[in-house]
Amino acid sequence: MDEHLSVAVAALAERFGAQVSEFRDQVSVLLAPEHVAAACQLLRDEFAFDSLVGQTAVDYWPEEQPRFHLVYLLYSFEHYQRLSLRLPVNAGVLTIPTIEKVYPNANWYEREIWDMFGVRFEGHSDMRRILMPYDWVGHPLRKDYPLGYEEVQFSFNYDEIDQRKPYARE
Amino acid sequence: MYEKTEITLDELRHLVSDRALEGETVLLNMGPQHPSTHGVLRLLLELDGELVVHCIPDIGFLHTGIEKNMEAKSYEKAAVMTDRLDYLNTVGNNLVYCLAIEKLVDLDVPPRAQAVRVILTELQRIASHLVWLGTHALDLAAMSVFLYCFRERERILDVIEMCGGQRMMATYFRPGGLWRDVPIEFEDTVRQILKDFPARIAEYNSLLTKNPLFIERTQGIGVLSREDAIAWGATGPTLRASGVTHDLRKAHPYSGYEQYEFDVVSQTSGDTYARYMVRMEEMRQSLRIVQQAMDKLPSGAVRSNNRKFVPPPRAELGTSMEAVIHHFKLWTEGFPAPKASVYVAVESPRGELGVFLEGDGGPKPYRVYWRTPSFANLQVLPLLSRGHLVADLVALIGTVDIVLGDVDR
Repeated sequence: MDEHLSVAVAALAERFGAQVSEFRDQVSVLLAPEHVAAACQLLRDEFAFDSLVGQTAVDYWPEEQPRFHLVYLLYSFEHYQRLSLRLPVNAGVLTIPTIEKVYPNANWYEREIWDMFGVRFEGHSDMRRILMPYDWVGHPLRKDYPLGYEEVQFSFNYDEIDQRKPYARE
Repeated sequence: MYEKTEITLDELRHLVSDRALEGETVLLNMGPQHPSTHGVLRLLLELDGELVVHCIPDIGFLHTGIEKNMEAKSYEKAAVMTDRLDYLNTVGNNLVYCLAIEKLVDLDVPPRAQAVRVILTELQRIASHLVWLGTHALDLAAMSVFLYCFRERERILDVIEMCGGQRMMATYFRPGGLWRDVPIEFEDTVRQILKDFPARIAEYNSLLTKNPLFIERTQGIGVLSREDAIAWGATGPTLRASGVTHDLRKAHPYSGYEQYEFDVVSQTSGDTYARYMVRMEEMRQSLRIVQQAMDKLPSGAVRSNNRKFVPPPRAELGTSMEAVIHHFKLWTEGFPAPKASVYVAVESPRGELGVFLEGDGGPKPYRVYWRTPSFANLQVLPLLSRGHLVADLVALIGTVDIVLGDVDR
């Protein structure tokens, strides 16, 4: 691990109890979600991680603790370094603080996570759906959301599937 | 999956200024079928006379659920979906997806395959910039540029068709290398392009660069400061036109870009004209890279020999039992990837195109996230358009160079 990066990661570990892992020379930091805004502030102001590259989530359903990992990808133009933050989110509490105040472009990424995974961001200025229609129900990238195929009906389970089949209604 | 609910006005009130509520400003809908929105982008505009007070992009009309679909396919089969994201940079999408898989499973790529990947992605960059140039000029009422650009672009698509069998959705790059070697005519065709294109690019330059009407429409329009560009996550030519000399091909070389000499083009004024200048010069730099890659194109295999990830050639199937087993395993089940995640990014014509790929130990990607440059750059549009005329907004949509397939995924 590069020197500058290891100092930044050590600071995160010290102040927020973050755990560091490395895979194929890529460093990622596991961080409690309540510290995310402060951690991003620290990384931006003191360690020159001036750019938020992207934000996404991974669903670990049916696991509940944690149900999601939010992944924040940061980049430093000064040091040419990448760092990813992983925030475990448990199934009961699907609200975490926004980082929009630190990185303004988090606006759309957080809207996308809300739309696709149903994790809400507290203090976000515009928490609407972004890709799906506004009256859509459900969050498509969750693992318990079906891909949209039709279940095959056999003679032994015809009625059972028939009952829950979404027919076009008037 | 729809719930019959009306969207209440309260939910949208924070998007517009108080003057809109009093009727002082007008709300106007632009798109999604407007020709200058380059696809299906819908903009809600709050206008004070002809000036844009707020511009609220509404995206998702081309959302096709590619990320979700990829989770249901094996690593290699999911590659066909990658072309469909950014349909002007098809081989570039293949490239970043293959690089992500290669990083995740630690797979080697032969030098010849790497060089062909560079040649094709750089040609594709030129093709993509040509489409941008043509449509951008068309938006600013310079019709003839559009016709020239599309004529030239077709020659590049011919090269891709020659290699992969399709003009656009070729899926020519596969994990571990290429689908097959380039055909015999490849060399002559690319050499001919290299011979013709500098003069053609000079011709487009002479059509627009000093054209007073074009300058009037672009200089000082949509100025993006260096600080804003970084804070709002702009990448690619949009970032470089604002004075940040940053290119992933130089900063984090992949596919052997460190062997080639080229300049990272940047400008400092950050306006629409600067972005135009950056892209025009980038086409020349791409030609330089292609020239060098053609000159030292190594011979040899175009796909890794690691049979756990790459299917054996057809010819081996008749003689080797092991080849049959590998073939069967790879085409029925696919190859497993470790339970870990990687993030790999390349410099697409529009900026940083990244893939976050997470495996779960099985043969299908557990999660694929596409960090697309158009999505990030489009977020800058409200900032750029504030206080400009509606007519300039058309120039601004063109200058951020979005592809809606890339925005909506």
